[in-house]
Amino acid sequence: MFPLKDLKRSLLVSLWFALLTFPLMVIQVDPIERVVNWRWHNMFFVAMGSFVISVVSKVFFAQKEQQLARKRDAGDEVSETLFQRVLHEPRALFLLSMASLVFALAFPFLFSTYQTNVMTTALMYVVLGLGLNIVVGLAGLLDLGYVAFYAVGAYSYALLNHHFGLGFWTVLPVGGLMAAFFGILLGFPVLRLRGDYLAIVTLGFGEIIRLILENWNDFSMGPSGIANIARPGLFGLDLNLNMAILYLYYLMIALLMITVFVVNRLQDSRLGRAWVALREDEIACQAMGIDKTRTKLVAFALGAFWAGIIGVVFAAKTTFVNPASFTFLESAIILSIVVLGGMGSIVGVIFAALILILLPEYLRFLSEYRMLVFGAILVLMMVFRPEGLISNRRRIYQFKKKG
Amino acid sequence: MAPGPLQIGKKMLELKNIQTSYGNIQALKNVSLHINIGEIITLIGGNGAGKSSTLMTVSGIIPSQAGKVLFKGQEIQNLKADQIVAMGICQVPEGRHIFPDLSVRENLDMGAFLRRDRAGIKTDLEYVYSLFPILAQRRSQSGGTLSGGEQQMLALSRALMARPELLLLDEPSMGLAPLIIRQIFEIIKKINQEQNATIFLVEQNAHQALHIADRGYVIENGMITLTDTAQNLLNNDEVQKAYLGI
Repeated sequence: MFPLKDLKRSLLVSLWFALLTFPLMVIQVDPIERVVNWRWHNMFFVAMGSFVISVVSKVFFAQKEQQLARKRDAGDEVSETLFQRVLHEPRALFLLSMASLVFALAFPFLFSTYQTNVMTTALMYVVLGLGLNIVVGLAGLLDLGYVAFYAVGAYSYALLNHHFGLGFWTVLPVGGLMAAFFGILLGFPVLRLRGDYLAIVTLGFGEIIRLILENWNDFSMGPSGIANIARPGLFGLDLNLNMAILYLYYLMIALLMITVFVVNRLQDSRLGRAWVALREDEIACQAMGIDKTRTKLVAFALGAFWAGIIGVVFAAKTTFVNPASFTFLESAIILSIVVLGGMGSIVGVIFAALILILLPEYLRFLSEYRMLVFGAILVLMMVFRPEGLISNRRRIYQFKKKG
Repeated sequence: MAPGPLQIGKKMLELKNIQTSYGNIQALKNVSLHINIGEIITLIGGNGAGKSSTLMTVSGIIPSQAGKVLFKGQEIQNLKADQIVAMGICQVPEGRHIFPDLSVRENLDMGAFLRRDRAGIKTDLEYVYSLFPILAQRRSQSGGTLSGGEQQMLALSRALMARPELLLLDEPSMGLAPLIIRQIFEIIKKINQEQNATIFLVEQNAHQALHIADRGYVIENGMITLTDTAQNLLNNDEVQKAYLGI
């Protein structure tokens, strides 16, 4: 049976929650009538709800623990989830990716333009997540200023388009290269830093870029931003708004496919190996003859490159950029995507980006509780899957026994 | 590449008046030594005498302030660590420094990072597996789950995968059981004979080190105080008192 000690704990949890949510759930000030409504029944619901959830989760954990113990006794290895098994079966993975590709291609015809637009944004974050994944997930360099490179890309297009009338396709590689250049610029001074120190410097870098854009009026037009940026062109055709959204959506699908391909190849390359090794032990890396400086700089530059590309797409999509779009919050969201998805895991990052960007959209029916629920979901995800949604299991060599 | 008659006695590595410091603290005041091709030499000394600093200076992980490091007659003291590895000097760092999350096999592959000859890598892989059969058994296990002795074997094997001409070993006996230590030293001797690798061995365990070495140097306070053949050092009164505990 359920032990009494746990029951007591659950009771305490429910009391604590009732107390915590008291100001939010119980007190309601009516400014017109100038009275306070005390909604005591809410306190009761909160207490009951948290009590039930606490008990259920305790039972759930206890069972899981027992299962694990039984398996360990039986000598089994801790099994992979169904999903991981699918990912390691090449044919199943192929089918899965084909199915999702078909769905993605059909998406605009199944759903409204609004949904397509939201999805385009989500896809942009997928690519941003994959880019940051190179820096954080593979090379292990904690970068809190990733949004700076995004801003560099966006402003590259905005300014080049505004002053010189350059088109989207011309600026797309230029924006990426500009961002990569800034990546190297940031990379040089921080080469010696690791972990927390690196995080602080990159955070500072992100803010510097934003503050420059905000205050250097002659260059970036300050907080008012740059408007009327051209949308991406399609062989000089005149697209109406709906068509433009559709075009941008397919463009993002193509970009995503290229990114996934490149990142996947990078992971298995010599360079990818060097990154992973650098993440694990720097001294050993040097002893193995890996050029520490170059390897780190390439990671920064490649990560920044993708951010720059997406920055250009962002400027083209919204047709307006201002510094407010490039706050630290953006960096934090992109980093959350990487961490939630599972460091270094491509599929994980894709899922996490979709969840993190789409969830707030589809939680709109909850109105003011939207962000509260969103936060709760994030916490739960980290509690239940601390290694990320789909943790990256690196390829394992399989050896078949002879005879 | 077997040492031909002309090569024997030729210098593989030479340190001339090396000075190295960490900030204000001078670790190496004046170190000069040389290693002939095909030799095993050992550098013995107490804690903080400058043994590891000497190795780190050779492998380019810490820069030297003054003096010259010559590898086969070429100055290498200003090269970066990875360039020095590319020339054929490979270090097994103190404390092993294996990659804990990579599998044994992947650790070994990292050792061959600079090499492109697939066939050669494969032969060398089989060679290290034959040296340490336990590593073959554990090849898909992650490095961090190995025991201390196995980790040392892995670190040694990983360095061999680079097929170095000069192998720098920093305290391979650290933290290991006496039986394992003996096994490791036997293998070091074997590597010297079978792979024609010149070996520069830095050790606290002077007794074991002098038994397999051809010559030895004694370092104290960042200066070489004594050098002789390993046999003579073993019989030397001062060495016996200070390092062999006899």
